Formats: sequence, structure tokens, C-alpha cells
Amino acid sequence: MKLVRVLLALVAVLLIGLGGFVAYAWQPTIDPIEPSQAASFDPALVKRGAELAAIGNCAVCHTAPGGAILAGGLALPTPFGTIYATNITPDPDTGIGRWSEAAFTRAMRKGVDREGNHLYPAFPFDHFTHVTDTDNKALYAFLMTRKPIAAEAPANDLPFPLNIRMAVAGWKLLFFREGVYQPDTSKDEIWNRGAYLAEGLGHCGACHTPRNSLGAEKRGEHFAGGEAEGWSAYPINAASLAPIPWTVDSLTHYLRDGWEDVHGVARGPMAPVTANLGAVPQEDARAIATYVASVMGEPSPERKARAERLMAEPATHRPGAVVQTAGSQTVPVSATPENAGAAIYAAACSTCHDAGRPVPYGGLPLRLSTAMYGDTPANPINVILYGLPAPEGEKGPIMPGFAGVLDDDKMAALLAYMRSTFSDRPAWPDPRKLTADIRAGHEATDIRSLPTGSNAPANPSKRETAW
Amino acid sequence: MVTLSVNGQSHAIDAEPDTPLLYVLRDDLKLHGAKYGCGLGQCGSCTVLVDGEAVLSCVTPILLLEGRQITTVEGLGTIEAPGPMQQAFIEEQAAQCGYCIPGMMMRAQALLQKDPSASDDAIRAHMEPNLCRCGTHMRIMAAIKRAGALMQTASTSTERAG
Repeated sequence: MKLVRVLLALVAVLLIGLGGFVAYAWQPTIDPIEPSQAASFDPALVKRGAELAAIGNCAVCHTAPGGAILAGGLALPTPFGTIYATNITPDPDTGIGRWSEAAFTRAMRKGVDREGNHLYPAFPFDHFTHVTDTDNKALYAFLMTRKPIAAEAPANDLPFPLNIRMAVAGWKLLFFREGVYQPDTSKDEIWNRGAYLAEGLGHCGACHTPRNSLGAEKRGEHFAGGEAEGWSAYPINAASLAPIPWTVDSLTHYLRDGWEDVHGVARGPMAPVTANLGAVPQEDARAIATYVASVMGEPSPERKARAERLMAEPATHRPGAVVQTAGSQTVPVSATPENAGAAIYAAACSTCHDAGRPVPYGGLPLRLSTAMYGDTPANPINVILYGLPAPEGEKGPIMPGFAGVLDDDKMAALLAYMRSTFSDRPAWPDPRKLTADIRAGHEATDIRSLPTGSNAPANPSKRETAW
Repeated sequence: MVTLSVNGQSHAIDAEPDTPLLYVLRDDLKLHGAKYGCGLGQCGSCTVLVDGEAVLSCVTPILLLEGRQITTVEGLGTIEAPGPMQQAFIEEQAAQCGYCIPGMMMRAQALLQKDPSASDDAIRAHMEPNLCRCGTHMRIMAAIKRAGALMQTASTSTERAG
């Protein structure tokens, strides 16, 4: 009898808990609007919305390769299954044409669609919750004045129970803190502007903060470095690996132009981010740079000393010469058959990377490259194999890819040489296997281009600049 | 001494291991099809095949090529018996000055060997690294399409290697 009573009590507690959860998780439908209601918006508001959409990188995920802008359909592979980006053009049936501004704002603030369904956190509402009503109004004006495109996004491919959207409510209970950005009164206006943009629309942490086993950003490891589509998103906090510490000026340049003299070129998923930031007012990019540089903090005396030493090394080397080990006292590695990596570097890489020609046309001297210091060689592997494709119809950085001639063994030898020569960190574990994996998954890690006609160029160099 | 296999023939090459393949092809082997354009791997006029993949020979040192199968435009056919790629470029008269054409043919060859019915978009994306300063792109495009068609008919009649 006692056991039955205990069981009954347990069931009662579970039912009450479930009821409470459903009450918590349930979100009402917001009435649809007639598409014509969204007709007229102030052009200035639409323009501001376009800039905010660029900062939010909306078009990069909400556009399928070769598809119409913002019409969705891009497959986002996650550790839990594949999620397809939705159509956010104002098409009444397949897009958000029947969404009121209130419905749009709720999606941004709470991660809930117009019908009350919980959205998956692949849509970074954990960041977008910080966006103000004013900015959501501008974003709404921008989206509702785009060309409506009829395009149904493919159904998500998620296993049970993740395919039940109610499950996302549990995730939110654990990890999601709703709320508009609250300024830090101890900091100035530019810093706060930057923090608002970087933590909110910019969602930097979505890639640059590591995630836990449930896919939520780890709270104690803000900006400590993560992973995105097969590329490393390097740490952008005090643990920044950049051999030359970032400053507000250098970060602003990098974010707007996609490259910087002593840090190199933005690639992988960062390339469209910089393309977008090149299309927004400079003050916004500078504010983000101000905030990120402040999170990185003042570099340690050791890092400063190393940077000074690296910068003092001669800018040019004889093309083909094997470069002195970065900052060390060791004898230069000689290019012998026993040292295949050194020989490959001297023959294939050095002619551009040590020629003294400045970035973006010349190769970055690799002793200045963060990529040589990363925990994994994912980014150098991607760039060495597939190069930096030429921008269409514009001047810009370019590097030929070597996938056709560098097999996995030669890549491993080259990477080992580069790591030991250009950084002071321990050897990368098994670069050969990672090379093979990246080669096998190239389609998935290919540089994502925005199609022509988007509000930002397809890659960071695809833009008129002063260089 | 490096041994290179070019167009099916083995050659012992007396050159430094860091010598670019392009120099060896043109100066040692007197194969003048691959052209020197920019020397920086940015224009594509030096494109050849290595194990079926398009490779920029001006930035490829020969030390990477031991045991690999190199194919140049001379390996696609002869003046008397042009291969389908060459035949298509002749039929479409796809050359203006012609400097970029051997590179264009070799890069297109790499694609069509895998997929002779490649779509226009796939061809455009694949040909992106190769430049033509004369503006002959539409004819080059037509020639590549024609080459694909020729290869498909050729593969059903004879087994002529491209």
C-alpha cells in the first residue's frame, strides 16, 4: 500500500510539473495580418533596417546557395540534425508576409514564431533577444519591403524528441535569458553601442563562444573560441591567440575590409560577416571593435614583447629562402628531402608569403598569422587546399589552392613545419587526418557566397575600397 | 634528379626540386602549350592536369610531382587527330589571341572527365580561376559545352581517351 501511495504521489508531482511546463511553454498565436497592411514604411527606417540586417548577417543563413535572397532553404548541419533556414521574405504563404510587427518582435525577443511555435536556437534568439523595439521596427520595415518570394523551406531533419518544438521550451528554461540589452553605466556610449551590437544582432558568440553538449553557449567561456562549419572561430577574449594583439583600429579595419595588414584575410564563415560590416556605417563597426578589443583586454607584457620582436623581423626575405624560426634562437630549418615540409614551404609558399608585398595582394608573413597558433589547423588546411578565390569583378586578396598537388601526407608535413616554425605552440595532433576529413567534406565547408543582388557583396573583397 | 610522367611518358629531369613545373614543361621538355601568364597562380594560363585535377603549373614545384600523372594540352590530341576538347575549340573558333586557351582547355578537361554533361552553372563556377583578356568567354563556354557533347558521343562509339 505504501508503495502505491508513493507512486501516486510521484505521478501527481510529474503531472503538476508537466502542467507547469506546458503552461510555461505554451505561446499564443498572434493574429495574421493582411499582406497589404505592411505596405508603406518610411524609407529612412527601411535603410536603417537594411544596415541592421547586415550587422545581423540575416541573408547569410536565410539564403540558399544560388537561391533568392532571404527566401530560406539553406541547410544548417548541427550536431543534432539538419535545420533548414526559413523564408523571411514577405510572401504571405511561405514567408513572413502575414506576420505583424508584434509577431516579428516576439520571434526576435523570445524565439517563438507567429503561430506560437518555439524556434530552434539555430536562429540565434539567445542574442537577438537583446535587440531593442526600435531596431526590431527597422528590421521589420526592411524585411517587409523585400520582394516576396514563394519558397517553402524543406522540413527539418531532427530525431525525436528534438523534432517536438515544445522541447525547445525546456532548452530555453535551462539556457535562455530573455531581455533587451541593458547598458553598462560604467562604460562609455561607444562601448555600450558595441556591446549591444556584438552581443545582440551581431551574435559574435554564436561562433566565437564554445557550446555545451546541448548546443548552448557555455556561460563561463564567453568568446573563448568555437567552431563554425568546419572552420575555427578563434578566441576573441583575453585568450586571443593573435601574435600581434588586436587594437580598436586594426579590428575596425579587419571587420570592414575583410583583411588587415598584420593579421591577414577573413575567410570561411567570417568572410560574409566582414562583407556585411563593410556595408554599414563605420561607427557601427568601430563600436563593435571597441567592445571586442575591450573584452580581449590589454595584452600581457609577454605578448607585447613577442609582438614587438615579430614586427622587428625584416619585412622581406629572399623569395624561396626558408625563414628563421619565429622569434627563436634556433638555426633555420633546412630544405632537405628529410624535411619535406620545409622544402614544400620554401618552394610553394615562400615566394608570396615572404616576398614583402603587403596584404591584401601579398601573402601575410606567417609568423604574424593567428592561424599558425590555433588549437587545430582547420583554417590553414581549408585555405591551403582551396585557396582564396578571386573576387568577381573587383580587386582583392587571392591565393591559389593546392588541393590538386598536395596529398594528405605532404599537407601533414607542411603543416608540421609551419606550426613549429611560425608559432611557439606544441605540434598539431594528427593534421593528416584533419586534412583528409576536410577534403572529404569540402562541399559543406566551402566558402559561402551571397548571391548577387544581396545588400552586401558576396565576399569581403567584392567591394569598392580605397586600396 | 626528379622523374616526371608527362602525357604518359617518363622523363628524368635535371632541375632543382623547387623549380616550377611550368619551367620544366616549357624549357626542358619543350612543351609550349602551357603558358606563362602571371607567374603567381592568378590567371590560369599555365593550367595542366595532375592525376586528372586542374593544377596551376607556375606555382607547383616539381618536388610535389614524383609519381603523379601530368597531362598538358599536347596530351589531349594532335594536330592531325585533335581530341574532343581541342576539336570543340576549333569548331567554335573559341580563340581570340589564344594565350589563355590551353589553360582553359585543361581546366575544362578536368571537369568534363568527371561529368561531360556538367551544367552551365557548374562550368562557370569551375572555370572561375582562368582569365581571358580578350573577352572570348561566350565562345569558350560554347566550346566546353560542345566538348562535353563530343565526349559523350565519343565514349559511346570509340574508347578514345581525352
